[in-house]
This record gives sequence, structure tokens and C-alpha cells, in this order.
Amino acid sequence: MSTATATHDQHDHHPTGITRWLFTTNHKDIGTLYLWFSFIMLLTGGAMAMVIRAELLYPGMQVVDPNFFNMMTTMHGLIMVFGAIMPATVGLANWLIPMMIGAPDMALPRMNNWSFWILPFAALMLVAPMFMGGNFSSGQGPAFGWTFYQPLSGQYDKLAFFIFAVHLLGLSSIMGSINIIATILNMRAPGMTLMKMPLFVWTWLITAFLLIAVMPVLAGAVTMMLTDKYFGTSFFHAAGGGDPVLFQHVFWFFGHPEVYIMILPAFGIVSQIIPTFSRKPLFGYASMVYATAAIAFLSFIVWAHHMFTVGMPVAGELYFMYATVMIAVPTAVKVFNWTATMWKGSLTFETPMLWAVAFVFLFTIGGFTGLMLGVAPADFQYHDTYFVVAHFHYVLVTGALFAIIAAVYYWLPKWTGHMYDEKLAKIHFWVSAISVNVLFFPQHFLGLAGMPRRIPDYAVQFADWNFVSSIGGFVFGLSQILFLFIVIKTIRGGAKATDRVWDSADGLEWTVPSPAPYHTFETAPEIK
Amino acid sequence: MSAIQTINKKLVGFFCLALLAGPTSAWADYALNMTKGVTKISEEVYDLHMLVLIICTVVGIGVFGVIIYSLINHRKSKGAVAAQFHESTTVEVIWTTIPLVILILIAIPATGTLLKIEDSSDADVTIKVTGWQWKWQYDYLDENVSFFSSLSEASNKARQRDSGINVYDVKHYLLSVNEPIVVPVNKKVRILTTSNDVIHAWWVPALGLKRDAIPGYINESWFKAEKTGTYRGQCAELCGKDHGFMPIVVEVVDQDKYKQWVVAKQEQAIAEAAASGKAMSKSELMARGEKVYKGNCMACHQDKGQGLPPMFPALAGSKIATGPVKAHMDIVIHGKPGTAMQAFAQQLNDADLAAVITYERNSWGNSAGMVQPSDVKAAR
Amino acid sequence: MVQAQGSYYLPKPSYWPLVGSIGLFLTLGGFAYALVNKTDAGMGNMTAMYVGMAVIVFMLFGWFGTVIRESQAGKFNDQVDVTFRMAMAWFIFSEVMFFAAFFGALFYARQLSVPWLGGAGNNAMTNELLYPGYTAAWPTNGPGEVGGKFETIGAWGIPFYNTLILLSSGVTVTWAHWGLKKGNRAQLILGLLATVVLGFTFLGFQAHEYFEAYTHYNLKLTSGIYGSTFFMLTGFHGLHVTLGATMLTVILIRCIKGHFTAKHHFAFEAVAWYWHFVDVVWLGLFIFVYWL
Ligand code: HEA
Ligand code: HEA
Ligand code: HEC
Ligand code: CUA
Ligand SMILES: [Cu+2]
Repeated sequence: MSTATATHDQHDHHPTGITRWLFTTNHKDIGTLYLWFSFIMLLTGGAMAMVIRAELLYPGMQVVDPNFFNMMTTMHGLIMVFGAIMPATVGLANWLIPMMIGAPDMALPRMNNWSFWILPFAALMLVAPMFMGGNFSSGQGPAFGWTFYQPLSGQYDKLAFFIFAVHLLGLSSIMGSINIIATILNMRAPGMTLMKMPLFVWTWLITAFLLIAVMPVLAGAVTMMLTDKYFGTSFFHAAGGGDPVLFQHVFWFFGHPEVYIMILPAFGIVSQIIPTFSRKPLFGYASMVYATAAIAFLSFIVWAHHMFTVGMPVAGELYFMYATVMIAVPTAVKVFNWTATMWKGSLTFETPMLWAVAFVFLFTIGGFTGLMLGVAPADFQYHDTYFVVAHFHYVLVTGALFAIIAAVYYWLPKWTGHMYDEKLAKIHFWVSAISVNVLFFPQHFLGLAGMPRRIPDYAVQFADWNFVSSIGGFVFGLSQILFLFIVIKTIRGGAKATDRVWDSADGLEWTVPSPAPYHTFETAPEIK
Repeated sequence: MSAIQTINKKLVGFFCLALLAGPTSAWADYALNMTKGVTKISEEVYDLHMLVLIICTVVGIGVFGVIIYSLINHRKSKGAVAAQFHESTTVEVIWTTIPLVILILIAIPATGTLLKIEDSSDADVTIKVTGWQWKWQYDYLDENVSFFSSLSEASNKARQRDSGINVYDVKHYLLSVNEPIVVPVNKKVRILTTSNDVIHAWWVPALGLKRDAIPGYINESWFKAEKTGTYRGQCAELCGKDHGFMPIVVEVVDQDKYKQWVVAKQEQAIAEAAASGKAMSKSELMARGEKVYKGNCMACHQDKGQGLPPMFPALAGSKIATGPVKAHMDIVIHGKPGTAMQAFAQQLNDADLAAVITYERNSWGNSAGMVQPSDVKAAR
Repeated sequence: MVQAQGSYYLPKPSYWPLVGSIGLFLTLGGFAYALVNKTDAGMGNMTAMYVGMAVIVFMLFGWFGTVIRESQAGKFNDQVDVTFRMAMAWFIFSEVMFFAAFFGALFYARQLSVPWLGGAGNNAMTNELLYPGYTAAWPTNGPGEVGGKFETIGAWGIPFYNTLILLSSGVTVTWAHWGLKKGNRAQLILGLLATVVLGFTFLGFQAHEYFEAYTHYNLKLTSGIYGSTFFMLTGFHGLHVTLGATMLTVILIRCIKGHFTAKHHFAFEAVAWYWHFVDVVWLGLFIFVYWL
């Protein structure tokens, strides 16, 4: 185990102004950048979701044209996945991992800066085509779904911008992940053995591994798209001996692990928060670690459950069905462990705990529908309907996003030194938790009743639930504005937070002052 | 109906629904659940769906029950003191094993159903279904019947943005076509899906059948409808701009009716072929061309030929539509690979093609001469 | 894990990453612009791309220069060294996965899609209705005979020599490493020089092979799935060899300047690892692309 003490070229150097953010090598600054970036993206992607829900409020076309609608769906999915959820968890990793393991900073601070600063440029490249030439309202941007299936995406005339945006996103993620792995494996304070690491650190270690394994595969997929479109190759064309379905295999080899990339850090967050407010150690720490690893492993071998209807040989369908439903086992372990942690605890319900408990309930519902989707014959009916949309919003919004919001409330006092406004925060929670169910629960009914996804208009028998869903969506959207307000208010002032903040919070980050000083753990703490 | 009125109607509907939510019969209208459908397979799939749903509900009630119990009884405000246990191998083993067993129980019937779904041997009727942006082509391979099926005109008009048409007044809004497919009841119908451009998916919930239509490959699937009637579905794979507007209508009829229908279709085809060779006057061409244009081209090039640039070029004033007629015929007949502009050689006969090309060359300010069916024939 | 002596070096704020991001944005955005505006006459305007590439080169010199100076100043303790090693190892792993995508495409085409087009598995109707008369075989340019008839490049000519070249270059770089560890400068420089020469010889052969393929065999990037996988895999590999050989050259220069000590030479090792990785990928290529 290594002793990590740090030197700086200029000691106590605390840069200011814009260059502080542009050139920073400080993990806290970079974490902050990531978090703000993701918040802006959440609002952008959310605004697009509002356009979607506005068009779907009533049957008939009222707000936008079909192609614009498809563009909204596509950009919403892409921005939420690559712009909001992933950078948010990376931001949390930046802020928290060094503090949790007693390191002075990330292992490669300059590269850390680069990982972040590639992102805004990638985002720019992704959205720029929306505004290029022609009229904006006919939808110039990508409009082929966030899964950009070939050959539809091959028809898109500005495809190259999209492809290189994905390359940049991948580059950023890979560098970020390398940094996180090196930090966790090489920068732990003496005595911090692997099995003593906070679960958030563990989940991120495994997530980073997943990222390094699958982002390059996505890069390979878009590279083949690039040569198919511009240089005459035939990877995805039957006439030349290729297969459009090959694209789907490569995409989902990335895409399925990707969904766990979004949820594993969320598992980590919840595993930090629930013990704190239960005043009881996490139940089954070791099994949590093994379950995370098992989920990561399984995530590599189930990808084709997104493709049950493409006409795979039946042996393939059977295999992917069996493998898929297996994921319920390690996930069950996690859910049961959280339950057992709360059991016979001494519970209080500060805002972070509320979000965490809502996570456990609602993520589980999303997991259940995932299990249903995994049953191949039934998936023939569910596939590409709103049932799938309902499934993944339960795991992504009430799963990943709820956990991220929980994390923000949980660590915000540590970051800013101020307590957030508990009353407003509770309002934020209750409005969100109720409206999100009004928003997404009816989508199960819509899907089962036969409403396909990615359509701008629908038959009238779907009208009622779409109306309900849209209303829920608007309320949920507005309540996130409240969140923005609460965060800004906390940054600007509020009751002083104590160092430990929560009376039974456990972990190194709670041993440093609030707000956490610019440099922490320049001399490594000793872990017993 | 004003927006407020509509909202009120909706809200009333919603509250009524909430009140009626108890008895299952009231749910039927609102279709909260998967359809049982009209085939053995769709019924099996429904049962499988219900099985997993019920298992999940039971497990959910169990898990949530425990959590809720803790939330209520183990709270600090009630004086609960935290226990400090944090491990138990026995418990962990139990709650790893139980889900595993449940999953195996689910997998067994699922495997059986899947094997049946994938067995398309010994079919009575074979229909090749080809997806096009944005319509379906049906070829009855043994009967020599072939036609295109696209969104009905009434729906198509109503779905234009701000069309001013109340979609509630349109019968089967978005789920009706100009020409449904007709199949015999109680016969095994094999569906061969493929596509001409991008991936589509042919889905009719009541038949329990959804299968992707992949360009360059053919997927096999089948159904055997056990009840006559009209069953509706939609394209279920994002296929571009009008993905939401390529419905499927299947009419399941008894054997005799089916036979009659086949004969009628065959005779119709012969008559059309005979008619399409003749020379036509300009007004004839223009009238027919307008119809063909509305049915086939307007989706992309728009009603006034203005297109949706840069994705879909304008035809009004276009170099091709006002330039040499050869290039114009070429792009319409053979399409342009790699773009959404498809080859219309198969979809339209000589007369239709001549008409639509003439129409394009003489509308929206264009004025570039006419084309006769014989010209098209030569250019094919 | 090593015991740190001293303390972990944390660099001060730096503008190189931002410069790098701008460079990447200009390069890729410029390339995208050129592609999107591509016509039969050629690519669109590529100015932005060239500017971007210049910015990247500038950034590389600046950034690596800084790192080298820091290294020379002895700021990197053993713990930093471990970080570098981990980073390089995981970077190579990511490259492995990148190649895996293309190898996956190759295997998929050979084992699945081409046989399916020929009617294998559940695709009898695909062949019967869409491609009557097409029989699956490898190599193929598909039922559409995309790109016209072509011949393939035999394994036992240039590719075999190239295998020998790369394998021996793996030996020479290791030999150079021994020299470095023993403090034998002559062995170090000679070994490295040989490696660089072998690397560029490999590239020369490959360029020749491509030339032959295009002019005599009608084997092109556009030759259906065979041409696609062939040029994608070998080309992507060739790109890596180019990168590796360039890095070796830089290392060679640094060795001549005497930058490395027997104990402290991570940059050397990183490039050597990279070289071995490129080597191993080539073996996969040789077996699956040329030979089998
Ligand atoms: C965070 C993201 C996330 C997570 C965690 C999951 C989790 C799971 N998902 Fe989901 N999924 C998505 C994101 C996610 N998914 C997205 C984005 C899509 C759509 C992509 C697109 O097409 O655009 C999708 C689509 C998708 C499909 C394809 C549907 C289709 O298009 O036809 C399938 C099919 O198998 C599936 C399955 C599963 C399964 C089995 C899990 C499992 O991991 C769930 C396991 C959890 C539980 C089961 C609950 C906890 C368990 C218990 C309490 C006890 C045990 C219970 C029993 C034994 C009953 N998902
Ligand atoms: C990763 C995370 C993520 C998140 C957080 C969300 C959040 C939301 N999603 Fe989305 N969604 C996806 C990932 C996500 N989604 C993906 C991957 C797809 C598939 C795309 C595809 O098919 O290709 C999808 C698709 C998708 C669809 C289906 C579209 C279609 O098939 O055509 C719908 C429809 O209702 C929807 C709705 C919403 C809504 C209402 C929210 C809300 O939770 C958003 C709430 C947030 C805000 C609203 C922001 C804050 C508010 C403002 C900026 C002010 C404006 C507010 C008002 C005017 C009220 N999403
Ligand atoms: C699915 C969308 C779609 C449909 C339907 C469609 N087109 Fe097109 N059309 C296109 C696209 C895309 C192009 C541009 C091709 C290119 O990139 O050159 C195009 C180009 C053209 C052009 C050349 C215009 C120019 O100046 O470049 C003509 C003429 C044309 N189409 C005629 C027709 C006719 C006639 C029909 C109906 C019978 C039709 N199109 C139906 C998408 C469509
Ligand atoms: Cu055809 Cu969607
Ligand atoms: Cu998945």
C-alpha cells in the first residue's frame, strides 16, 4: 500500500477567474465542471422531452413535423445518456473518489482536464447539424433514434458529424475511466484495502472497466458506418455480403453494458446513503461487491435481447433469453441487501434518503419490467412499444437520475459548506416522485395496448393515457427547475454544514471540513 | 372543439376511469393489458406475460412489504435503535437461490412457446412482405397477387400538421390502409419479411407476430388466425420520417371469400397491364399524375413540390425535374441508392410513371414537356 | 503496489488539454465537413481539418515536452510510475477492444452473414428469393458482386515476410530493453534502430501490397465484405504500426540524447508494450485475414 502525499509546483495555488476552470487540474473543480455540464444537458434533453410530450398530448399533429419529432426523440435519448447521466456520475466520481480513498487528487490530473474538455466540443458537434442549412423546423439533426440503426442512419446526409461526435465522447470516456481505475488501484491511503473501499468506489471501479471495454467497440461500430457511407465498404449491406444486423450486434455489445454503466454508480450511491440514514452498516458488503461484478460480467453476454425480433436462429434467441433473465439474480441480491440494511435500522428521512428509498422501489419496478422483456416470446409483443419506454425510464429516470439527485443532496453540504433548504427539497422530492409515476406508469398500459415507440402521432385509443403521461411529464419537468433553484440557493448561502453533516455518515470524505478544502489529503490518512 | 373543451373531456374521462378501475370489464375499452389475440401463439404469449407479471407482482409485494414495514416501524422518531448486524451467509444463499429457481420456472414455458413460434414449416399460404419508406408491399407467392398498401387517404389528410380535421372523426385513424391484405381463417400463413430500404418491422398484435423486415435478408414467421375479422397493426421499427404512418390491416376471412378475393385481384392485374401501354393526352396524364404523386411522392417532396430541404429536395424548379427528361425518368424509375429516393420501377406501372413524371414537369411553375408510357417502357 | 518515496506529483493547471480539445474538434469537425460536402469531384473544403491537425501536433509537442521536462527533473516518483504503467496497460486494453469490433465483423461475415446469404440456417428463403444461384464462399464480395471480380493476396508472400519482420522487431526491441537495463548504450541504440527500420520496412511492404491489390488484383476497399474487412483490419493495423514506429523514433532520439536511466525509463517501456501489442494483432491478422 502506498503512502500518498502530494507536492505541487506552486503550493496552495488557488487559481481564479475563467482560467481556473479552463486549465484546472483539480479533481474538485473538474467534478464541478462535469456536474454543471450534465445539469445543462439534463435541462436540454429534458426540454426536448417536453417537446415530445407536447406533441403526444393529443392525437393529431399539432406542434412539430414528423422528422422534427424523430430528431427530438433521438437527441433526447443521446443527450440524456451521453450528456446528462454519464457525465453526472463521472462528476461524482471526480469529486468523491479521491476523498473517499484518501488520495490527494486523481492519478492523472492533466488528462482529467482533457477528459472533461473534450465533452463540450463533442456535444457541440452532436447538436450543430440541427442548425445547419435548411429550415430548423424540418429537423436537420440526427433523427434515427439514439441507437442509430443502419441503414436508416446511413441515409442521414450529415452523418459524419454524428460519427465524430461519438468518437469524441468515447475518447473522453476512455480517458476518464483510465484515470479512475489508476486512481482507485494506485492512490488509496495506507490501510484502505480493496474490500474496505466504500461501495461507490467499487461500483465505479467496475463501471470504468466496462467503459474501457465497450466504448472502443462503439467507436468501431461508427467507424464502419463511416466507411460504409463515405468510402464504399459493405459491412452493413447485404449485396456486398454484409448485414445490417451486424450493426445491431456491435451496437448492443456496447449498448447493453452501457445501461449498466449508467446504473452501477447509482447502486453505489444508494449503498452509501441508505446505511447513513438507517444508522446501520450496509448489509452484505462483500456480496454487494460480488453482485456488482456479476452484473458487469453478465452484461457482456446478453446484448441480443434488444434484437429478439431480427430473426436470429432460435438457439441464439434461447441463449440470450436465459442469459438475460439471469441478471435478475445479482440484482435481486442488491435489492435484498438494501432492504436488510433498512430492516431494524433507526431510520430518518432527510431528502437524500427519500430519493434513495424511492430509488429502491421504482428501480425495482423497472427491473421487473426488464425481466418481462427478457422473456423472448413475450418480447415479440413488447418490443419497440411504450412498454419498453416505460421500462427504461423507470431504470434510468427513477433509477440513475434519482440516485444522482440523491447524491447531490447528500454531498452538496460537503461541496458547498451549506445545508440545502430542507423544506424546498422535500417539496422537490414529493412533486417529482409523484409526477414521475404519472408520467411513466401509464406508458406500460400504452405499450401493452399496442402503441409503438418513436411515433409522433397515434391512434385515438391511446389518447387518454398519453394525455395523462404528458401532464405528468410537464409537472416533473417543472419540478426540476425547482431543483436548479435549490442547488443555486445552497451554493450562495444557507446554514453552515458541519464536517460530518449527517450524524452517522461514514467515510473519509466526512472527516475533512465542509466545504472540502481545495486540496485534501496531501498527507495520506491512516486507515485502520 | 376548443382546447379547453378537449381538456375537460379528457379530465372527465380520466376520473371516470379512476372510478371504474375496479371491475375489469370497464378496463376493456382502455386496453390496459396485452391483447389475447386470435392465434394460439398470441394466447400463449399472453399467458406467459401474465405469468411473469404475476410473479413480479408477488415478489414485489413481498419485497416492498418488508421495506414499508421498516419504513414505518424502524424509524428513529419511533425510538427505534439500530441493530448492528450486517452479514449472514445463510440469508444471502437463500435469497440468491430463490430468484434462480423462479427464473428457471419462467424459462421452461418460455422455451416451449419460442420453439413453436420459430417453426414455420408446412404453411398453407406464403406472403412476402416488403417494407418501403413508408408503405408495405405484399406478394402472395403462390397466387401471383401483388400490391402495395399504405395509409388510407382520410388518415393521411387528417394527420397533416394543423389539418383542421378532428382526428376523432376519422375512422380507425392511423390504423387504416388503402388496401388491406386478406388471408384465410384457420390456415397457417407464412410471412416472409424483407425490406427495400431501411429496417421496418411487421407487427399485428392480435396475431402475436412481430418480425423485422431487413433489407437484403428474408425473415420467416407465421400465424394461424382462428377468428375471422379485421386486425390492425403498425410498423414497429423506426424507419425514418413517416415511421408512425405505415399501418398494417389484415382481414381474416373464410376460405371461400379468400378464393374470390384472389381471383378478383388476378383479374384486376391483367386489366391494368392492358391499359398501361396506351398513349395519353396531357390532361389525362396530369390528372392521373396528381393522384400518383399524392399517393407516392408527396410524403417526401411535399404537396407543392417544395420538398423538405436538404433532406428531401424540392421538385419545383429542380434541375432534374426541369432538365433533360432522361435524367428525370432515371431517378424516378431506378431511384438513388443510399438515399431515401427509392426505385419506383416495381411499384408503379408505365402509365403511372409517365403520368407522375409529366405531372412533376408541369406543376408548381415547372414547364418541361410530357412523357408517354412508351417512353417509360423504353427507359426501364 | 509500491512504497512511495517522496510524494505524488500533481501538475499545476495546464492549457494543453484545452488546446488538444480544440485541435480534435477542428480536425474531426473539419473532416466531417469535408465528407458531408463530398461530391463526385472530391472532398469538401479541408482547411479546418489541416488547421486542427497542426494544433494537435503543436499540442503533442507542448504536452509531451512538459512531461519529458518533468520526468527529467525527477518529479515522478515510483507511485507516479505505477500510474503511468496502469494507464498505458488500460489504454492498450481499449485498443484491443477497438480491434475486437473489426475482428468481430470479420467473424460475423465469415461465419454468419455470408452463409446466410447462401441459404444457411433459417435463411433458406433469403437465398431462394433474393439471391438464386448465389453460393456462400469466402472470399466473397457478396451476391451483388460489389466492386467486381477480384483476387486475394496469398498468405505466404509479402504477408509472411511481414510476419517475420514484425516478430523480429519484437525481438530487437526486447534486446534493446536489455541493453538499457544493463546500461549498454550501444545495444540499446542499435536494437532500437533495428526496430524502427524493421517497422518502416513493414510499412513499405504493406504499401506495396496495397498498390498491387489496387492495380493488379482489383481488390479494393469497395470489394464487398472481403475488401471491407481486409482493408479495415490491415489498414487500421497499419495505422497503429505507423503510430508505433513514430513513437519508437521519438524514443530513439530520446535514447540518443540520454534521457533514460537503467531504472527510470517508463516511456521506453510503454512504447515497447505498444509495439508488442501491434505485433500480436498482426499475428491475428495473418492467421484470420490472410491464411485461413
Ligand atoms: C439503467 C439502465 C437499465 C437497466 C438497469 C436495465 C435492466 C434490465 N433490462 Fe433494460 N433497457 C434499458 C436500460 C436498462 N435496463 C434501456 C435504455 C433499454 C432500451 C434501449 C432502446 O431500445 O432504446 C432497455 C431495453 C431492454 C430490453 C429490450 C426490450 C426491447 O427493445 O424489446 C430488455 C430485454 O430483455 C431489457 C432487459 C433488462 C433486464 C432483464 C434488466 C435487469 O438488469 C433487471 C434486473 C432487476 C430486477 C429483476 C429487479 C430486482 C429483483 C428482485 C427484487 C428480485 C428478483 C425477482 C424475480 C426473480 C422476479 N431491457
Ligand atoms: C438517460 C436518461 C433519460 C432521462 C433522464 C429521460 C427523461 C425523460 N424522458 Fe426519455 N428517453 C431516454 C432517456 C431518458 N429520458 C432514451 C434513451 C430514450 C430513447 C430514445 C430513442 O428512442 O431513440 C427516451 C425516449 C423518450 C420518449 C419516447 C419517445 C419516442 O419513442 O418517440 C419519451 C416520451 O414520453 C420520453 C420522455 C421523457 C421525459 C418526459 C423525461 C423527463 O424525465 C425529463 C425531465 C426533465 C426536464 C423536463 C428538464 C427540466 C426542465 C426544463 C428544461 C424546462 C422545460 C420544462 C417545461 C416546459 C415544463 N423519453
Ligand atoms: C422516401 C422519400 C421519397 C419518396 C417517397 C420519393 N422521393 Fe424523390 N427523392 C427523395 C430524395 C431523398 C431525393 C434526393 C436524392 C439525392 O440525394 O439526389 C429525391 C430526389 C428526387 C428527384 C430529383 C430531384 C433533384 O433535383 O435532385 C426527383 C425528380 C424525384 N425525387 C421524384 C420523385 C417521384 C416522382 C416520386 C414518387 C413517385 C418520389 N420522388 C418519391 C426522396 C423521396
Ligand atoms: Cu416502417 Cu417504421
Ligand atoms: Cu439490455
